[in-house]
Amino acid sequence: MLSGLYIEGTTFFHRIGPGKKILSLVLIGTGLFFIRDLTIIAGCFAVIVSLYFTAGVPAKIMLRQLRPAAILLVIIFIVQYFSNSLELATLIVLRFACLILAASLITLTTRTSDMVEGIERGLKPLHKILPVERVSLTISLCIRFIPTIQAITEEVKEAQYARGLSTNIFAIAVPVIIRTLKMADEISEAIYARSFETEPYHPDLDK
Amino acid sequence: MDIKHSVYIALFAAITAALGIFPPINIAAIGVPITAQSLAVMLAGGILGAKRGALSVVLFLVLVAVGLPLLSGGRGGFGVFVGASGGFLISWIVGAYVTGHIVEKAWNKLNVVYAFASAAIGGIVIVYAIGIPWVAVAAEISFNKAFVGSMAYVPGDLIKAVIATAIILVVKKSYPIISKSED
Repeated sequence: MLSGLYIEGTTFFHRIGPGKKILSLVLIGTGLFFIRDLTIIAGCFAVIVSLYFTAGVPAKIMLRQLRPAAILLVIIFIVQYFSNSLELATLIVLRFACLILAASLITLTTRTSDMVEGIERGLKPLHKILPVERVSLTISLCIRFIPTIQAITEEVKEAQYARGLSTNIFAIAVPVIIRTLKMADEISEAIYARSFETEPYHPDLDK
Repeated sequence: MDIKHSVYIALFAAITAALGIFPPINIAAIGVPITAQSLAVMLAGGILGAKRGALSVVLFLVLVAVGLPLLSGGRGGFGVFVGASGGFLISWIVGAYVTGHIVEKAWNKLNVVYAFASAAIGGIVIVYAIGIPWVAVAAEISFNKAFVGSMAYVPGDLIKAVIATAIILVVKKSYPIISKSED
């Protein structure tokens, strides 16, 4: 099973629609780039941290959101410190921390399925220029087959391990890709057989 | 448009996700971990062609954005896009397109040179051309400093381009997808 990064909860944050959350993230993100004052950005940081508590996300999980970016942020801090000032270095690193935490909060409080539903709803008005049904099918197919392909990858890895090739990306990727492409052809045939996107046939009306 | 295209796009995005479970390979001489995922970006274009390759990367990134931990190291969500290195992720879309475009153009005479050029131009030149200015603007550092800092990843990416070349050529021989779409 593929599990998202969602954290169960019923707070105010969990109940806002994904569209509103994304829109507010865009506004906050843009706004943050105009702030040049260290105290204001520190205030924003404090507000975003307190939002985590409101949303009932444990502090440990909050810190985990910053970890992947940590090394890069340290490097940026050092470069800024030596080429500009301590103040600017702090401002920029805090700004990134605000952005990452705000963005992650949305991820943590919104189910992946709700997000995908939100995308599909958002695309509906575009049905004239975009085959919306097909986009939905493609998204669902991908989510459905990620665990399958991960299992195939593990299987191939084991098989190549027996040949002493377990760390050889080439020896693993080629069988995985070819098996997947073959599987894709079979899936397409199965979809054809179920008449996806063909005009419905009405024997009574077509007479 | 054929439903087959959608299925290829979906399953290649799933391959990109599956390659994220490979632990990053640490090469002592370089000192920077290399992940198999940006390899998948070169492969998406090189195997599916420009349009489908780019769309499969778009799909992969959409799934990352909506909260699936599919990036190597189990990362995902909106946070990865707003960080300093977000530009590199966005650049994958254009990178896959360019790789695919070169492979399509050279399809009938595709050899090691063309395949390597496609992987290197799409997967390295384009990716850095978008990723580096992004870092420079977002972190307010000079372009030169961002450029020098990113160079640490180039040796790893060159290795990936070599691996991508071999895979693109083998898949072309045994299960070609690009020529199929032309009939």
